[in-house]
Amino acid sequence: MDFYTGQNLLNLCEETQMPISAVMKQRELTMGTLTEEEIDKKLETVLEIMETSSHAPIKKPGKSMGGLIGGEAKKLREHSQTPQSVAGSVLSKAMAYSMAVLEVNASMGLIVAAPTAGSSGVLPGILMALKEERGISDRDLYKGLLNASAVGYLLMRNASVSGAEAGCQAEVGAASAMAASAITEIMGGTPGQCLSAAAHALSNLLGLVCDPIAGLVESPCQTRNAIGVANALTSAELALAGISHPIPFDEMADTMYHVGKSLPFELRETAVGGCAGTPTGCALGCSICKHE
Amino acid sequence: MNFLSIFDVIGPNMIGPSSSHTAGAVAIALSARKMYGRPIEKVTFTLYGSFARTYRGHGTDKALLGGTLGFHTDDERIRDAFEIADRMGVEYHFIPDEKTITNHPNTADIFFEDREGHTLFVRGESIGGGKMRIVRINHIDVEFTGEYSTLIVQQIDKPGVVAHITQCLSLHNINIAFMRLFREEKGTTAFTVVESDEPIPRDILQYIRINPNVSDLMLIEM
Repeated sequence: MDFYTGQNLLNLCEETQMPISAVMKQRELTMGTLTEEEIDKKLETVLEIMETSSHAPIKKPGKSMGGLIGGEAKKLREHSQTPQSVAGSVLSKAMAYSMAVLEVNASMGLIVAAPTAGSSGVLPGILMALKEERGISDRDLYKGLLNASAVGYLLMRNASVSGAEAGCQAEVGAASAMAASAITEIMGGTPGQCLSAAAHALSNLLGLVCDPIAGLVESPCQTRNAIGVANALTSAELALAGISHPIPFDEMADTMYHVGKSLPFELRETAVGGCAGTPTGCALGCSICKHE
Repeated sequence: MNFLSIFDVIGPNMIGPSSSHTAGAVAIALSARKMYGRPIEKVTFTLYGSFARTYRGHGTDKALLGGTLGFHTDDERIRDAFEIADRMGVEYHFIPDEKTITNHPNTADIFFEDREGHTLFVRGESIGGGKMRIVRINHIDVEFTGEYSTLIVQQIDKPGVVAHITQCLSLHNINIAFMRLFREEKGTTAFTVVESDEPIPRDILQYIRINPNVSDLMLIEM
């Protein structure tokens, strides 16, 4: 059992009456080399690393290698307990957790690339917030991981998840699309609604540039992960409400790739344009180099 | 196109911050260590391109050193690679070279040496998503990814050596996925690189070594 497009995937779900997560697992069993026990064991490890990396910096914040970030996740968690917090419990927690993972990543800690290191906060941020705020079971979180990996696989295959190739819309955009689809399945949406959520998520971040200050995976990467979270929740909410995107997922993936390819070189992970190219961004880049 | 697994998407499990500048660097160094196959006494790393410009902020230096110490991409000891190497008495140097243009922007050279004069030069490229390829051994351009069990035979480029290698592999029931010969010029040193999806048993090396034109053997086990 294999699929190459979103439409293929939806047809398989229809034929087998299975959700996207189950189809993705069947694909791995029939086309890959892993047994069911090995898949389950690996999913368990992934979720463990996601749980640890999304919580550790809130208890014990540390400075990043480049010194541009550190302590943001703790600040957000503390802020969310105050009357000034506006984001609501799921969003504020998911934001903090996603930023925590980027702190762990930037200080040489252990993370799961999902699909990349620069976008590694989005999926764990959402999954952990759903677990804690909505009582979602680990069993359902594994389904979320499988569902997300189906969307990520299609984007890797038919578009790109590389910032150097197609900008941040391909990294945080892909992570956000994966998370949007995962939330939709976890909350009881249909396969069609899952891919519609993914299409919303891609469409909302279309054109987002990759412009890391000093070329490091720190800023604006960390806050872009928080945006990826908010976008995933928004997109899932739209899809679950029955609001589908007029453009099907496959066409959206295709256009994300083409928009990415047409981004100028300066805005594709070269640390020349965007935030990195501002006077302050340049100065920060230099001061980091001098500091070394 | 290669099969993309669930865990190619949700993965690798890795020490940050960058799959290309950190995880890929670990993978290059870990393969180089396996090729050297001796205790590490002294190692010199030369970094090119983007590696040379941003290696400190990406921990590429710790990743390379950690890999030569035998740490995998998800090993949290990578962060403390300097201290661990110091404790083990491993001498290490980093040379950032921003001037030399290499084929790939994320390239590193690794040079091992010990008191007995055993040396090995390996050049690797980190090609994205934590994947890498080895592109040079000593003076010879090669190409392999370390994603398979890999046998590297250093030989004199004479007739019959490759036939001898394939015969040994076939007698041990090893299914060859890829096999390529790399050489500088006819009749001098050459490398045969054999990649297999199955583990290549270490005791096969003694049979391959029997051929007088085989001068060295390296095995990268999965």
